[in-house]
Amino acid sequence: MLTQIEGSKAIAEAVARCRPEVVCAYPISPQTHIIEAIGAMVKRGDLARCEFINVESEYAAMSVLIGSSAAGARSYTATASQGLLFMLEAVYSAAGLGLPIVMTLANRAIGAPINIWNDHSDAMAARDTGWIQLFAESNQEAVDLHIQAFKLAEALSVPVMVCMDGFILTHAVEGVDLLDADLVDRFLPPFEPRQLLDPANPVSIGAMVGPEAFEEVKVLAHLRLLDALEEIPRVAAEFEALSGRASGGLVSGYRLENAEVAVVAMGSVLGTLKDAVDARRELGERVGVLGVSTFRPFPEAAVTDALGHVERVVVLEKAFNPGGRGVLASDVALALAGRSVTSVIAGLGGRPITRASLERTVGRAVAGTLPAMSFLDLNDAEVAAERARVGASEGVAR
Amino acid sequence: MTRVPIRFYQVGSFAVGNRLLEDEDRTVQSDPQRTNSIDSGHRACQGCGEALGARYALDAAMRATNGQLAVVNATGCLEVFSTPYPETSWRIAWLHSLFGNAPAVATGVAAALRVKGRDVRVIGQAGDGGTVDIGFGALSGMFERNDDVLFICYDNEGYMNTGVQRSAATPPAARTATTDAVGPEPGNVFGQGKDLPRIAMAHDVGYVATATVADLHDLEAKVERAMSLRGARYLHILVPCPLGWGSASSDTINLARLAAESGIFPVFEAEHGVVTSVTPIRRRVRVEEYLKRQKRYAHLFGTQPRLEVIARLQALADANIARYGLVNDETTNATLED
Repeated sequence: MLTQIEGSKAIAEAVARCRPEVVCAYPISPQTHIIEAIGAMVKRGDLARCEFINVESEYAAMSVLIGSSAAGARSYTATASQGLLFMLEAVYSAAGLGLPIVMTLANRAIGAPINIWNDHSDAMAARDTGWIQLFAESNQEAVDLHIQAFKLAEALSVPVMVCMDGFILTHAVEGVDLLDADLVDRFLPPFEPRQLLDPANPVSIGAMVGPEAFEEVKVLAHLRLLDALEEIPRVAAEFEALSGRASGGLVSGYRLENAEVAVVAMGSVLGTLKDAVDARRELGERVGVLGVSTFRPFPEAAVTDALGHVERVVVLEKAFNPGGRGVLASDVALALAGRSVTSVIAGLGGRPITRASLERTVGRAVAGTLPAMSFLDLNDAEVAAERARVGASEGVAR
Repeated sequence: MTRVPIRFYQVGSFAVGNRLLEDEDRTVQSDPQRTNSIDSGHRACQGCGEALGARYALDAAMRATNGQLAVVNATGCLEVFSTPYPETSWRIAWLHSLFGNAPAVATGVAAALRVKGRDVRVIGQAGDGGTVDIGFGALSGMFERNDDVLFICYDNEGYMNTGVQRSAATPPAARTATTDAVGPEPGNVFGQGKDLPRIAMAHDVGYVATATVADLHDLEAKVERAMSLRGARYLHILVPCPLGWGSASSDTINLARLAAESGIFPVFEAEHGVVTSVTPIRRRVRVEEYLKRQKRYAHLFGTQPRLEVIARLQALADANIARYGLVNDETTNATLED
């Protein structure tokens, strides 16, 4: 049954149905509505057997969950942007210790300059932490991914980050189908930790590992993350059988049949992108879309399979590595070695990505006039003027 | 404020456990059935005060909790020397995550155990760096929330694991790798540093105590007292470090005793911000007795002793004695002459 509900509240409802035992968070926009709603549920007593802990920082939030997860409790938090960076050391630690924590990342830009609006820079900064990173296209998918995330995390003993666009999704009110609690219970069994901090069977967790074994430990974690490429579609299929809804998985194609040009993207921009592609298809252009749901582990084979017949690939993404190119573009270019992959950076710091701009971009891709790397709707004149001004004041010849 | 009477077993013999006593007055360490929480074979230096302090404290906590204990350890010497993979010295449930997050991790363990309905107690532990510096924010948060955790700081007054650098627990005038004994004010400067027990008291936590590895009965009694209470508690143990202090490995216990007897390290208990008992100084010594046995203070002695610096350190010790009332009328040799 569809309920009109804000994205953040829908996430809180979904997380509550997963019966978390410890929820710990530090407030940061645009994640606040999620933790406020869960906090209220715990305070009212609606969420039985759950501890909600307000802490002094994101670093403490993730650290508390490291403790609670190691002691066998299903553990959840949410953060964004600077908060993710502030907890990053603990984010690595959680993955290194194999603790199946689930975290919502309400994607937001990273400062300076400080900016609270949406892009994917925060998720990219956590790319190498060893977490599974899933991206939601809609609030419905975000809700479904959270339920899948707990199952995935606990099956693999790997933490999972569910990325959803800040404000665009977190603060959008739209119809969402919330799975009944008994269905969630059937899908998600109680947490059985792989390793437990327990005086009845004392173990040392988090020992120091030197050069003689560190590489092997890291490779084993890498292989376990690659195992997720099998587990994610399996969990998505099981979820679909239960809910009747296809959500998540590795990648999802849209109008890729006989496509000459495909645009690869992640998150909520996929909706606008599909509209743009529909419009270009009306003009007779053979274009399609590939949505990447699983960013880490990177589903290289699935990307290659989906784009096997496509001549030109555009990667549209809300982050880049300064001095380099798009982050997702680099992954896709590696997967499609030898083919033309152009990188379009869009929506930084919440800049709107309009359907009109996307239609133009797809048109240029079809015409073959898209440069190797470009920024959508960039004010070129302003950039040029500022470079000229700074150059002149410092006496630098340009 | 109550004064702790001097017990018979504190006079004459400092032997561990003191086997002349009745069973109930003996230390946990003298009990052959003790847990041996941190087992032999670890890589601590000879004479390591921290290894000793951890064993005393955790064995006492294991007895006080009937073995229902989980321990969270910060990064540092204690973590490194006890768990060189694939070995471990810990015979208790033990978790290490990071340098600065042990108090928060301990909070999480306690929360999980509470929600699971298990009566397992939690101790967080760190060196002074992990407590007063990098772990301070997390510790203050744990105190403020009154989480059910005893946090133990094994204070050796510096970053010994990384090669003896200064921490906010390094005392004035002490030479470290980052406070060289050169210049007009050699060693660590005066007027800096954090007094964590008093900061803990300012959080109004239920129990704050200090102890040294020189007084085993006292240390064990404080752990036992701490484990009889709920909520946030703090125990600050002075643990001499032969490597970092430049002292003889056979002198660890003696230095811990001299730190207390000079007034450099006040030994007391407090509940909800109020000092409830102190360990009186029985045989008061001048700070030189403590300082001259450590190479980190060597620049204060020699052919041109820095008497004015020693006098400032003596003044700090005297201020501690006055603040906590460590010297009373019955104390013998209480006055410093010469």
